[in-house]
Formats: sequence, structure tokens, C-alpha cells
Amino acid sequence: MISLNELVATYTTVRGSVRAVDGVDLSIPEGNIVGIAGESGCGKTTLLKVIYGDLTYPLALEQGSVNYGFADGAGREVDSASIQAYWFQRISYIPQSSMSSLNPVIRIRKQFVDFLEPKANKDDTLDRVRQFIQQLDLPPEALDAYPHQLSGGMRQRMMVALATFFQPDIILADEPTTALDVVVQKGILLLLLKLQRQMGNTILFVSHDMGVHYQISHRMIIMYAAKVVEYGESPDVFSAPLHPYTRMLIESLPNIGDDHLRQGVSGRPPSLWDDLRGCRFAARCPLATELCRQEEPPLVEHRPNHFAACHYAGDVIPTLELPA
Amino acid sequence: MKTILKTDDLHKVYRLGGFINRVRINALDKVNLHVQSDEPVIISLVGESGSGKTTLAKVMLRLIAPNDGQAIVNDQVVAGKGAKTDKKTFMSMVQPIFQNPFEAFSNYRTVDTYLLRTAMKVSGAKGAEAEDLVEEALVAVGMRYADVRGKYPNQFSGGELQRVSVARALIPKPSIIIADEPVSMIDASLRMNVINLFLKLKEGTRTSFLYITHDLATAYYISDYIAVMYRGTIVEFGNARAILSDPQHPYTQLLLGSVATMGQKWEEADIAMQDMEATEFVAEGCRFRHRCPLAEQICADVRPAATLLPDGREVYCHIVEREMERI
Repeated sequence: MISLNELVATYTTVRGSVRAVDGVDLSIPEGNIVGIAGESGCGKTTLLKVIYGDLTYPLALEQGSVNYGFADGAGREVDSASIQAYWFQRISYIPQSSMSSLNPVIRIRKQFVDFLEPKANKDDTLDRVRQFIQQLDLPPEALDAYPHQLSGGMRQRMMVALATFFQPDIILADEPTTALDVVVQKGILLLLLKLQRQMGNTILFVSHDMGVHYQISHRMIIMYAAKVVEYGESPDVFSAPLHPYTRMLIESLPNIGDDHLRQGVSGRPPSLWDDLRGCRFAARCPLATELCRQEEPPLVEHRPNHFAACHYAGDVIPTLELPA
Repeated sequence: MKTILKTDDLHKVYRLGGFINRVRINALDKVNLHVQSDEPVIISLVGESGSGKTTLAKVMLRLIAPNDGQAIVNDQVVAGKGAKTDKKTFMSMVQPIFQNPFEAFSNYRTVDTYLLRTAMKVSGAKGAEAEDLVEEALVAVGMRYADVRGKYPNQFSGGELQRVSVARALIPKPSIIIADEPVSMIDASLRMNVINLFLKLKEGTRTSFLYITHDLATAYYISDYIAVMYRGTIVEFGNARAILSDPQHPYTQLLLGSVATMGQKWEEADIAMQDMEATEFVAEGCRFRHRCPLAEQICADVRPAATLLPDGREVYCHIVEREMERI
């Protein structure tokens, strides 16, 4: 179980600090693929960075803590300040545009043993790596190549291999397939699903593509303007979303073979610099009332395991039709 | 009927590498597209990266010259052999919209200067006349001149700024707008605003679009015609709805089967991921044969020609050709 306790993460800028993640409080059970969706600038990547413990200037964790559900050698709970010691062993990160994240001037095999302890047997590990990457349809010789000698899809699979080889408990993936073609994307997503099923680890998966989330996520977190607005089991979120933003996000996307007219959401997300009052989606929400503009809705469990931050979630919305 | 868009054996070769290890890549290999209509149409060009979609757009926009063949827009040869159209006429006929609106506009200039310059330089309007043209174009995309006057790009959201670039492209009243991945940088909730705008403009200002994308769902949503490209060649071309609901070429089938859609989960078939190298661009025969489950010897030897199907689409596949002959 990963618990995120009242996380507030800020970026320091010349204009002062801005809250990119503002009060995220939820717990994620083990062995799930959790999808995180939302618009650019809503805090998806920042949330991953906080969970990874990659808190370097200008990013800072102003408030709250992360519990990973395991303890260190001395029996203390590991938190976001001490997680660095477990990078790649118990928690790994597939960064955005990970295709270009491999070091271009050293061979890939060296990057695999980079984070091993000095006394560990490197040859032994590399032999196991050679075995492992064949599961990912990569030839063993690919390990001796420089990154530019591999195609984009191969580099991406190499990053997946790097992130999964030590069978970490938690894998954080930030838009791992965005730059790829759909055919390669499908291959990598199915691969990730297969590995997750074998290892039973928890994957936090950021993507702005709701279709991708539908395919692989067990649970969904929907973020809007630094807040979590909806969190629940994927089938529930996709079939009966509680928050109007989630609904509009899902309904705005066209599908092949479906001739319905689709509408985008008008307006734009609020600037995080503004003095934000009430529900942050109120300005774009067709159902907003005075209450929404004044009072911020808390993230409440409206149905079992299905949370939403909307004053009217659960009771009024299902009977209201969104204007076309 | 008017020729909206036609390419005639359009060919473009990129040469990579140095003197010794030179590689030739046929980015466009004898591309033939032909759309005739009296009504404005939206033509989608889909394919993976490296399929030549952007090269085709660049040739149509005269940003690069083709090695062979010609491109015709609105009954006039605009690029390649025999292109005589002068720059001003060309720019008032063909206008671009680019992928990232934040890169298309400079951060140090207000966006209305781009609009006014286009009105003055391309449409030849002066003073108040130019402002009227700008206002008219902005109204067509659902904005007002007052919304953009004196504003810099960072004061808009991606969707709004993309609307402004559509408005800019509309000022000379072009017969076709070439939009290269116009929504891939825009957030999902705002994407449909731009897509619906294209549909509206097709009816309202009677502008045709060449919509270049890798997103098959939006292509299905707005297009009349679709051309599927693979490694510099067209593999299937015709009515968008017909092709996307019943693809005939094995590549189109693979592409459609790989789209992550809502509503139907993928089956966990064995994941085959071959990796293609630059050699595919110069290969003889069908380019797709290495990945094609149906490939035969003929596919390696002879390049498939277009087979015309009863619904008017063209499929470049030996297997489909044989099927048709049997019927």
C-alpha cells in the first residue's frame, strides 16, 4: 500500500512559489496499474516526481509525506526523503521521452550495472540481463550497442527492461509511449501488462490518452489544476464517472465507427498563480452553482472505492444531461 | 469537377550520410493521390512516423522541392514539374497550420501582427481593409479582434492559439489548408474544439483541408477521404468511412488494430515487434512485406500497383488484387 498524505509540492520561481500538487491525499493498494490522467500542467509529472523522491530545486515537498509500505534495514518506514537508497531496486522510473534518456556515449550494458553496489558481480548480473531482455523481444547483442544504434521502439523497451529488471515493488511511468507509433505503443503496453502480471508490482502510469488508460489501468486518478478530482476503479470511472470533468474528458473523444458529434470543453484551466477559490473546474463546468464557486469540494468516497471532488457527485449528476 | 488535390508520381529522395556510407531514403515514392470534387473536402493523411506524411505536406507547401512528379491544387500545378504559379498566388491558395502553435508564433511579437502582415502581404489589403479581413477571419474561428489585439502567445491556451493560427491561414481565403498534426500538442479536453472548427469551416468558408495526423479516431471523425501511408508509399486511399470501418490492406488492418480505443479491450495475442531499418525505404517490392502476415514471393519482387475496389478506394496490395480478379 502506497499512502500519499496531504501532499503539497511547490516550484520556486522568480515570482514566488507555485503549488503544482495541492493537497493530494489517497492510498494505492499493491499490485495495481494506476493511471493518472489530466491536462498538461495539472501536476501529473510533479506527483510522480514527489513519489519517486526526486525533490531537487526548484521542486520541494512543502507539506505531507509518502509511505511506500516497506521499512528500511533499521525498521523505520521509508518515506520520500529516504527512498533514494532504493531507486531501481524497489522503485523505478520510466521518464517522459525516455527514448532519449539513455546515455548516448556509453554502451547500454554499462547503464544496466550503473546502480549496482561496487562489490556486486557485474558479469553475473549482465548474464541475467541478457536472459531477461529476450522476454522483451530484444536480441542479447542489443546490450552491447550504443543507444543510437537501436530504433526508438527498442530504446523504449530497453528503458522498460531497465525499470523492471530488479523487479521493483513500484514502477513510475511518465508518458512512456507518447512519442511512439501506435503499433509499437500497443506492443510496449501489452509487454508492460504481461510483466506486471508476472511480478505483481504497482505501476503508476501517466498518460493523457484516455484510450491507453482504458486498455491497461486497473485504477484511475484524474487530476485537474493540481488537485485530484476523481479516483476509483477503472471500469467504474469509465462507465460511470462522477466528476463532470472526467465525463467531459471521456465524452469529448471520438471513436472509430461512432458518428456522434463530439464537443470539447470550453475555456481553459485556471492559472495556479491566481487566488483559487471554490471548485477549480467551476468556470468551465456546465453544472456549476454558486456553491461551487465559493466552496472547495473535498475528495469524498461516493461509492465503494470511488472518490470524487464534486459537490454534486453521486446524487445530482447522473440524472442531469450534459448540454451537447 | 474541380481538382482539389492531385499528386502525380510525386517522388522525393533524402540523401543521408557522407561520401562513402551514403543512404538514399525514398521519403515519397511515386505517390499518386487524386481528389476531385465541387464541394470542399477534408482529406486525412495518416501513417506512422517516417511514413512520409510531413514530407508530402512540405512538398505541397513548397518548402522542399520534389525530385520528380508534380502536385496540383485547385487545377493549378503548384510544385514539381511545370509549376509556374507565382508565390503570392500560391500563398493565397495553399496555407499551412503547424503542429505546435507556441513554436509557430514568436514569443516576442503580439499575435495580431502575424494576422495583419498576412492580410497586407498575401491579400494585398491596406490599413482598415486589412483589419476588416483579420476581423472576418477571427469571427470565422469564433474569436474577435479585440480578443487578440496586443496579446502575446503565452497569454493564450494551446487551443486558442491554434484557433488564431487557423484564422491567420484563412485570411487569404485559401482553397486548401494543410494542417500538419494540428491537435497533437493540444490537451484532450480542448482538442475537439479545433477539430470541430475544421468541420465548421468546411461548410462556412468552403475551405478544404489536408489533415495530417497519426490519430485515426479524429481522422475518422472529420475526413471525407483518407490516405494511409507506409514508408513513403500510399497503401490505401479512398473514402474515409469505408476504409476505417473495413480496411483492406494488411497494414491498415494492423494500424487500426493497434489504436488504443475505449470500448473494446485488446486481446493479449503474442506480441511481435520487429524493428525496421532504413533499408525498408529503398526496398523493391512491397515495403510492408517484412511485417505482413500474408506476404508471398511476388510481394518481394514486384511493387504492387493500385487496385480499384468497387467502393472507389485504391489498395496497393497483391493479395487484394488477386482477390478482386477472382470476383
